[in-house]
Amino acid sequence: MNPERSRATRSPPAEKPHAAGWGHLLPWTAALAFYFLGADFLGLGTNALIMVLFALSLDLVLGYAGIITMGHAAFFGFGAYAAGLCAIHVTNDPVTGLLIATAAAGILGFVTGTLILHTKGVTLMMLTLAIGALVAEVANHLRDYTGGDDGLHGIRMAPLLGAFRFDLWGHTAYLYTLAVLLAWFALAWRIMRSPFGRSLDGIRQNVRRMRAIGTPVWWRMVAVYSLGAAMAGTAGALSAQTTRAVGLTALELLASGTVLMVLILGGTRRLYGAFAGAVVYVVVQDFAAQVDPFRWMFVIGALLMAVVLFLENGLMGIIDFAAARARSLWREQTPR
Amino acid sequence: MSEFTIVLDGIAYGMVLFIISVGLTVTMGLMRVVNLAHGSFAMIGGYVAAVAVGAGVPFIAAAFGAALVAGLTGALAEVLVYRPLYRKGELAQALMTFGFTFVVIAALTAIFGTSIKTLPLPEYMSGLVDIGFRMYPAYRLFLIAFGLALALALWLGIDRSLYGARLRTAVDNPRMAGAVGINVNRLFQLTFAGGCALAGLGGVVGSALLPLEPYYALRYLVLFLVVVGVGGVGNFKGSFVAAISLGVIDTVAKYFLPSAAAYLFYGAVLALLLWRPDGLMPARSAQ
Repeated sequence: MNPERSRATRSPPAEKPHAAGWGHLLPWTAALAFYFLGADFLGLGTNALIMVLFALSLDLVLGYAGIITMGHAAFFGFGAYAAGLCAIHVTNDPVTGLLIATAAAGILGFVTGTLILHTKGVTLMMLTLAIGALVAEVANHLRDYTGGDDGLHGIRMAPLLGAFRFDLWGHTAYLYTLAVLLAWFALAWRIMRSPFGRSLDGIRQNVRRMRAIGTPVWWRMVAVYSLGAAMAGTAGALSAQTTRAVGLTALELLASGTVLMVLILGGTRRLYGAFAGAVVYVVVQDFAAQVDPFRWMFVIGALLMAVVLFLENGLMGIIDFAAARARSLWREQTPR
Repeated sequence: MSEFTIVLDGIAYGMVLFIISVGLTVTMGLMRVVNLAHGSFAMIGGYVAAVAVGAGVPFIAAAFGAALVAGLTGALAEVLVYRPLYRKGELAQALMTFGFTFVVIAALTAIFGTSIKTLPLPEYMSGLVDIGFRMYPAYRLFLIAFGLALALALWLGIDRSLYGARLRTAVDNPRMAGAVGINVNRLFQLTFAGGCALAGLGGVVGSALLPLEPYYALRYLVLFLVVVGVGGVGNFKGSFVAAISLGVIDTVAKYFLPSAAAYLFYGAVLALLLWRPDGLMPARSAQ
């Protein structure tokens, strides 16, 4: 690999330990506060949380392990269809459906991962594209099960845990999504700070050295790819359960591109980058898409290009910069 | 002998894929940029020609005018979009060119509207021609002849001319090529613009097989990438072989197994890329 090229994939400044306390409290408090303050926009809020989870799953695969995938929407869509079909044909208990969809997407990730992860670079990217296209074609052709172009409708969910009905205003849906997101986030946070997570960092930076010190590179990559797939499957399942419909658009190349944009906009390898990116994305989408879907594409495209050119560390980079400035100003003003 | 005409159909389709994708093998193989924006140049060409033909311009003139527009857009994009990318990683390249595709789609639909564009064929191309044992559409024969002529011209241009020798040198070792006095940047820009012009031309002549719709640049992108990837990134002959074989596989599958055609196509792509990760004919100077 050309040394000039690998520069862009070098790791960001290491996470500072003191960022843990406040840094954790803020986004979750905001998410919880939104439940009480933004009661009219809970549907939008739920979409944002689902997007966070989806982008988070991509962060594991692309941000940490450095696997450039253009077909991540395949797992989101697969999870969504699995959850929808499960609700219609098997059981409409939301938690069971969520677990089944997560497992199904994880298995799809494992199978495709074992097939393609020995390749790298452009070939790997094309294989992910081909798998994404294949899954979309399958969903399109199995019209009897998936509804094809019309999408999957008629999903009815039983009350959550047998007690909380999915109400019209989306109270249950929002808290349910938030709880699932928190669970996945805690797991991802823990995993990425484990030796396994550190080894992924190493694989991204220098595969050869990691092999030389005896890391089972391929297995690690398959593992994180499956984990990311399962997580994306959960996001898809949440989307199917809370909107009660699944469309083919969940599988399109545009969806894979959108989640890439959200993650890059927020900032990779930060976990919280997914939060920043998804919130901005959902708000901008709500404004722009009402005007005209094609103007919306212009916004996504221009944002993508701007982030690549000017914002290498994403929104989190700006937040870091602002925090550092504020801290230094604070230090100057308080005499020791 | 209907099997024979099905194969001919497949070859005609493959020729369209070849005409459009050959420029992509330039960017991906020669300039080493992950280029997800190639479909937008074909789309620009197709849209411009559709509007021109609608205004009464003859088909051939409109096609070459559209190729010119696509080529000029390509030259401009090379400076504005691609040049900042040469030193960045694959991810930045993928994102930037993907974003560029979105912007092009938005711009084209803003200018030309969101309906599907039709590009009526001229009379002499819409009829049937006697090919000995049966009648066959003149349009498809034209595609095959045009594709073959282009392949021959490219082979002569790249394997047999001074320009080709310079280009191959620049690909094999850009620094050394610069040291012996070749203006590598200019050469790449010219080649890139040429590739975009060919994509535009392909978008025009192939519009009956790949309809000009607002999501054209995204919908067929996978197809073009696959041709380049399967053929071996940076190898023109490989792209030719891959485009024809994939065109024939897809067409034959659509005739005999219409319900499974799409699986067969992408399944074949997966199998080919897994069997030969660097494509059927890897370029001599694979990275």
